[in-house]
Amino acid sequence: MKVALLGNPNTGKSSVFNMLTGMRQHVGNFPGVTVDKKTGILEIDGVEHTLIDFPGTYSLYPRSKDEEVVYKSLCDEKSIDYPDATIVVVDASNLERNLLFFSQVYDLQIPIVLVLNMSDIAIKQGKKIDINALQTVFPEATIVESIARIKSGKNILKETLTKLKPRKGHVFDTNIHVASSEDIEDQEQDTEKRFQKIHQLISTIEKKEEVQKERPENKWDRILVHPVFGYLIFAFILLVIFQFIYVFAAIPMDFIDAVFANLSSWLIETLPQGILSDLITQGIVPGIGGIAIFIPQIALLFFFISILEETGYLSRVVFIMDRLMRPFGLNGKSVVPLLSSVACAIPGIMSARTISDWKERMITIMVAPLMSCSARIPVYTILIAMVIPDERVFGFMNVQGLVLFGLYTLGLISALVMASIFKFFIKQKQSGFLMLEIPSYKMPRWQNIGVVVVEKVKLFVIDAGKIILAISIILWAMASFGPTERREDAVKLAKIEAKNSLLNKEETNHLISSAELENSYIGILGKTIEPVIAPLGYDWKIGISLITSFAAREVFVGSMATIYAVGDDGENNSPLIAKMKNEKRPDGSPVFSLATGVSLMIFYVFAMQCMATLAVVKRETKSWKWPMIQVGYMGVLAYLGAWTAYTLLS
Amino acid sequence: MAIIRKLKNSNFKVKMMEMGLVEGKILRVLFRAPFGGPIAIDVDGYTLSLREDEADLIFVDLKNSTD
Repeated sequence: MKVALLGNPNTGKSSVFNMLTGMRQHVGNFPGVTVDKKTGILEIDGVEHTLIDFPGTYSLYPRSKDEEVVYKSLCDEKSIDYPDATIVVVDASNLERNLLFFSQVYDLQIPIVLVLNMSDIAIKQGKKIDINALQTVFPEATIVESIARIKSGKNILKETLTKLKPRKGHVFDTNIHVASSEDIEDQEQDTEKRFQKIHQLISTIEKKEEVQKERPENKWDRILVHPVFGYLIFAFILLVIFQFIYVFAAIPMDFIDAVFANLSSWLIETLPQGILSDLITQGIVPGIGGIAIFIPQIALLFFFISILEETGYLSRVVFIMDRLMRPFGLNGKSVVPLLSSVACAIPGIMSARTISDWKERMITIMVAPLMSCSARIPVYTILIAMVIPDERVFGFMNVQGLVLFGLYTLGLISALVMASIFKFFIKQKQSGFLMLEIPSYKMPRWQNIGVVVVEKVKLFVIDAGKIILAISIILWAMASFGPTERREDAVKLAKIEAKNSLLNKEETNHLISSAELENSYIGILGKTIEPVIAPLGYDWKIGISLITSFAAREVFVGSMATIYAVGDDGENNSPLIAKMKNEKRPDGSPVFSLATGVSLMIFYVFAMQCMATLAVVKRETKSWKWPMIQVGYMGVLAYLGAWTAYTLLS
Repeated sequence: MAIIRKLKNSNFKVKMMEMGLVEGKILRVLFRAPFGGPIAIDVDGYTLSLREDEADLIFVDLKNSTD
């Protein structure tokens, strides 16, 4: 059986979903739209059913792409997601408004269950719901009370699904019909008539006692949306979150790093020599390690974001940030996608779906990759360690830390500047729309948070991971193979040269392997682009890393490691940074000078070097136009920025 | 405190109604974001945030002089 889970936003729908399915969840796609389809397995008496979690909506009529899928799936019997039964979660403390959507779904003649959720809050507010009266209005619905937050009502709800009432054609009101998704006028009339009738009925269903006028959270709101303290508190919370991410994520990241390094060297010793073991030790294992290393940061970021969301604080942030974001053509809701992009632009861009205004959503998506994501951290870290002195200024500020801060700031400022430029180029007739419900403050539900974290990590590992792994393997192959004749000639030449200059065995080997690398496919490619990147201060080895970085930025470090590891046959285990520091140009000056290092950092701040993000942008915008514009404008920024930095510093 | 008299015709009218802004409902301004940002209103015990231009679409009758 296929069961659809529906309801208004903030009704505790996701708690109901988690309560019914536990962790047996899976994220897929609704056909034709970009909305995530969350499905879960619902087991009743040993029989497995599918529960589909639809996006929260206030009515059947779509106001954004997100919501279109509700109308399409429920009103078209031929739709692939047309359910055998529906569960509509209704906020008991907010019955009147919630009944609008319920009455619409009721009229669709699908077996239906009304879940009266959060009845504890309703009682606290002095509202008592007469279930019998509600049943008289909707005779063909089964009504269940629950407090999903504390998993109350789970068994009754499951039992209800085994004995659903058949639909015999009863409708909410014979004079009211569900309008088509295009006819706005008809929708208006439908909504109006339904509300009129609900309003007449509500006094018989809901008994209100006189209760305190002011809700307790108003006290909190006085501080949290305060014109001064509101922003200070938000800034402070951000600071704390990022501190946690950097300090705590470092521990598991170092661990993962060590595990994969040890695994690699153990495999080198254990496996028989040959092409296959080279593939495993130099291509696959480092590739998987390069994916795994980002899991701690992504998990931590979403842990914090979902706490903010669960408690209701995030919508206060949207509220106070909206005015500040609007001059840049953005929306208060852009704050979340932009912040998430600091971890990874992929979930960030996907979270832009909550912005119902098309133009503001597009601008947010277009500039989100300019925010420095965690994939840039390894690049920044390695470059800073190489060219920026580990000194202090003013007695306490670490210069390396300051530079890192500067790179992040550069990303943020350029995102805002580009947003205000896009504001003039992206055209739209309708004006922006913000209106949203500010939920009441709640204690976070840890299961919900756990589910979000697992979901986001899975998305990263699967969506971005496969591309990163594939590129690692391609990279290894391109570095290990080349035109046979050319390679053999180069090796011969290197051997003669070694003999003539009386090199020892180790030096000879080094010369041979760098000759091999230079004449591999990747070396040839790197050399081809060298004239283009020479003005930025890069040589062909950096060129190789730039090419491979277009798959994903973190590959920079991986390919540097691969290039240098392949270059010295894996015998030398000194850290990558030391190897890169020792790298000399033909004239004896170091390759990684201050100018080249800074130029590279700037390049990485701006350049659109992430195939996975491009794929996501294409999926979200439904055309290659937007990702191509992104590659173009970010590439121009990167080249000009890097060139300026190199020219000024050298 | 004010009573909603009418919603001005616009593309958002249905959406505003769905969110509970219906004729005859009592609304109360709770707080405003600074610098002319959105305002938060209370309708029927829940809080909605509206931009100024969205709030302009709601015609109300003021009730007494409490707000």
